Parts: sequence; C-alpha cells; structure tokens
Amino acid sequence: MDENMKYPPKFFLSVDDFFKYILGIISGLVVLTLFFMVLELFRHSLPVLSLKFVFGVNWNPVVGSEEYGILPYILGTMVTSVIAIVVGVPISLGIAIYLSEMAPNFIRTTLSFIIELLAAVPSVIYGLWGLFIFRFWVRDFIEIPLSKYLGFLPIFQGEPFGLDILTAGLILAIMIIPTVASVSREVLMAVPNSQREAAYSLGATKWEVIRLGVLSYAKSGIVGAAILGLGRAVGETMAVTMVIGNAIGAAALPTSLFKAGQTMASLIANEFNEADPTSLHPNALVGVGLILFVLALTVNLFAQVLVWRILKIKEGAVE
Amino acid sequence: MIGMNKELLSVSSKERVNQTYKIETENLNAWFGTKQALKDINIKIRANSITAIIGPSGCGKSTLIRCLNRMHELVPSAKVSGKVFLDGVDIYSKNVDPVIVRRRVGMVFQKPNPFPTMSIYDNVAAGLKLNGIRDRKRLDEIVRKSLEQAWLWDEVKDDLDKPGASLSGGQQQRLCIARALAVEPEVLLLDEPTSALDPIAASKIEQLIVSLKRDYTIVIVTHNMQQAARVSDYTAFLYLGRLIEYDVTAKIFSNPREELTENYIAGRFG
Repeated sequence: MDENMKYPPKFFLSVDDFFKYILGIISGLVVLTLFFMVLELFRHSLPVLSLKFVFGVNWNPVVGSEEYGILPYILGTMVTSVIAIVVGVPISLGIAIYLSEMAPNFIRTTLSFIIELLAAVPSVIYGLWGLFIFRFWVRDFIEIPLSKYLGFLPIFQGEPFGLDILTAGLILAIMIIPTVASVSREVLMAVPNSQREAAYSLGATKWEVIRLGVLSYAKSGIVGAAILGLGRAVGETMAVTMVIGNAIGAAALPTSLFKAGQTMASLIANEFNEADPTSLHPNALVGVGLILFVLALTVNLFAQVLVWRILKIKEGAVE
Repeated sequence: MIGMNKELLSVSSKERVNQTYKIETENLNAWFGTKQALKDINIKIRANSITAIIGPSGCGKSTLIRCLNRMHELVPSAKVSGKVFLDGVDIYSKNVDPVIVRRRVGMVFQKPNPFPTMSIYDNVAAGLKLNGIRDRKRLDEIVRKSLEQAWLWDEVKDDLDKPGASLSGGQQQRLCIARALAVEPEVLLLDEPTSALDPIAASKIEQLIVSLKRDYTIVIVTHNMQQAARVSDYTAFLYLGRLIEYDVTAKIFSNPREELTENYIAGRFG
C-alpha cells in the first residue's frame, strides 16, 4: 500500500475530534455561565431574602434603619408590562395580519425589514425620545382628557405629568411591537394554505377567512408571541428608568396610572451606583435582580414553548 | 350589493328549474403567471349527476374545478378568461360576488383539512355561522343532518365536542364533506377526495358520493380511473389543458372516440 494513503499518525485525539471537543466546551460555557449567575444571585441575596422582602413596601437603605420591601416594584413591573401588552399586542397583530395575509410581496419584504430594524434601536434612544417628546404627547393627548372625563376612577387620580406609569407602559408597548409583530407574522405565515382554502370554499369573506382559517389555527402561537413581548417588557430597563418618575417605597405603589412609579429593573438601574458595600443595600438589589430574573425566565420559557409548537406543526404537515 | 347578487342568481335558478345543465363553461382559459393551464374549455355539466374529470398529472383537472367556484383566482398571479354559467348566470360577470358563488358551489379537497382547533360540531357549523345562523336549535339540526348525509353521525354523535383533528383520515374527509354540505350548496366539487386515504376509507367515500347525487350536482377530479368508472355518469378527459373527450362514462371507458383517450385509459401514458 502506498505510504501516502495512510492516515496521519494519531496522537491522543484526531484533529477533527479535537476541534469538536473545543467547540463543545465553548458551548458548554454558556450553560455554565447561566448556572453560576443564578447561583451567585441567590448567594448574594440570601441575607435579605424573606417574605417581608417580597411583600414589604418600605425601602430604606440608611444604615441603622435599613428596611427592604420590593412589592411596589414587583407591582410596577407588572402594571407597566400589562399596559405594554394591552396596547402593543393588538397593534402588532394588525401589522402581522396585514403582512402575512394582505400586503403585496414588495411591501411585505420592505415593511418586515423595517420592523425588524426597529428592534435594533438601542433602548436608551427610546428613553430619550420618551423623556423629551413622547411624555408631552402622552400628557396632552391622553392623560389630560382621561383625567378630565374619567378622573373619578381611582386609576386616573392625580395630576397628569407625563413622567409616570402610563408613559412607561406606552413606551414599552412601542418597544415590544417589533418583536411581537415579527413573531406573529412568522406564525401566521406558517398556517397551511389548505386552512385558508377550507374557509374560502365555505363562502367566507377575506376577514372571515383570516378569523376562521388563520387566527383560530395560529391561536397558541400568537399567545406565544405576546408572551415573548411580555418577557421583553418585564426586563426592559433604560427607557423605563428615564420616563417612569422613579418613586421609592410606598409612594411607588401603582395605585394610579398618573403616578410616578418604579419597576424592578429601573430600581436597580437607579440605585446600583450609590449602594454602600458595608450595608445590605447591594444584597437587596441583587435580590430584586434574582426575582426579576426568575420572572423573565419563566415568561420566556412559556412563550418559546408555545411558538415552537406551532412552527413545529408546520414542519410536520404535508403541504 | 351582496343581497342583490344573491337575488340575481336565485331568481334565474327558479326560471331555469327545468334546465338540465347546471354548469356550462364557454371558452374557459386559465393561467398561472404566463403558463396556460386551461385552453378553451367548453363543457356542460348536468344537474344531479356525477361528472368525473380524468387526465394525467398537470393536465389542468384541479384548475378546471377551481374555476367553477372562483377559487383559482385566489392564487397570486392566477388569471381566468371566458365564461362559467351557473344556472345560466356567468359567475365571472362583474356584479357577481365570488363569496356567494362559493356558498352555492361547495368544495372538498385532496387532503382532509378540518379546522384543527375546532370541535367536530364547530367544524360543521363553521359555514352556517358565516351565514349568520346563530340559533342553537337550528344549528343542532343542520349539523346533525349534514353529518348524517356524510355518513359520519353514528361514529361521532357522542363526541361532537372532540377536536376535528382527532378523527381518522377517512372520518376527517367525511367531516369536510359534512362541513361543505352544511351550507346547502347546489354543486359539490371534489378534488381527488380519496387520494390521501386508505382503500377502505376511500371506498366508503365513493359510496357516499354516489348517494349524494340525488340532491347535488357533483364534479369529481380523480387520477384513479377505476374510481371514475365506478362512480361517475359522465367523464371528461383532459390533456395538456385541453378537453379531449367528454361523454357518458360507459362510452369513454368502452369505446372512446379519441385515440388519446384510449391510450390514457389503457395506461399507455400518464
């Protein structure tokens, strides 16, 4: 046998195997990082973790009279995120329906591209725009009329100011639209054509086809897209910090949409800088981080499963 | 506007109650983009009969029936010219609403396509709800009647709340037939309705189709010549977008006029 045809001499690993293991280790580092992040978050927040931490409303980092309760920030996160979903999801769904069911090809391509670009705008830009421009629109066109006509409702109490929970929620709504719209569009486009034809053949109009053949089929995927948006809203920090007004303690309880508030993320962003390392203040902030982390992780996991399931059906279909 | 069209169509159907042809096409041409799928099709389809359309793959069989309920035009870039008369009214004329046409001319597809997130009941009732029927008693009645007509009632009467997708392939196809029948169409178009089914389920559908002839005008596309011979009264042979021969089924299969038809039926091509 010709000497050149033989395999090169083997050391303890072949080159291919060596390469495979190196890449495997690098990928494994991601998992490891996640693991240690959770571990460290947990370890550092241990000194403050208690029921009183989760359900307390007072926040006082002054050494000697320290007290950490984060209920107002948990509620602040929830209320702003719910506003984002309630306002952002219908708009996103409208965009997705237009793109997948109605738009001619060239509009679909361009518009999808632009919407995905929106997702790439740094959140501090949204924050700046929110602080200098959008808050006045919210105050003048939304809050003042609401306060005038529906001011008797508890959620519209207080002086419209524009730097409050409502503005934060609306900024979040704008920020989640690119995500929710593009995932929903993908989900709708994964609906097999046979479903649309089934509806058409029964004498459905365009809108009825969308309702009967498309939306009902894609339901769970759309819910998934909305929850994906929720995940983004829950964790969003910079833009919210810039417009929410940053209240502290019991004052941050979101009893009215026109009140300054605070989310878990904005609290951390506001206070990490001034936390005294000899006090429990840093531990309390890490504790907020841990709870935020768990919340965001759960929401995202749930969303991914729902979206993945509907895209999976498509792959299995004969079409 | 829609109401007017409905009236326009239904008045003429009363006038022509003795007419033997339910559907007539006149120089029907159809395209996908620049590719011509149908060339000058002239065919007259008799009421309360089963007409089979046969021919090799890609000959335009499906396109032809999709032109009969204006489904063809839903494909982007698709185009139609010529006329299709339903009870003497051209369904392609400007003041006819395709939505109304599709309610009168129902369709069942090659692959069963029930709405998977809806129950069996809601699948059958889907078309009725589009027509604005909300009365529960009336819905119950029509759902039951349609399922009976589709020979599915006995198998599903206790499971009406189960999802349509939980049925077997043959049952799903009969569910789709029930769904199409529920809106009480006059014509039923079947696009290779048994090709995705096992032989036993297929045979059941065939018998069902024959039983429906009494109440409906049926056009069935099939690539299975035995099926065409078994179920149909008339057979049309299509080749490369042209209608080669159209006659009584027995004649087509025993003594065709055209050599092309004979070759196809003998299995020499296709």
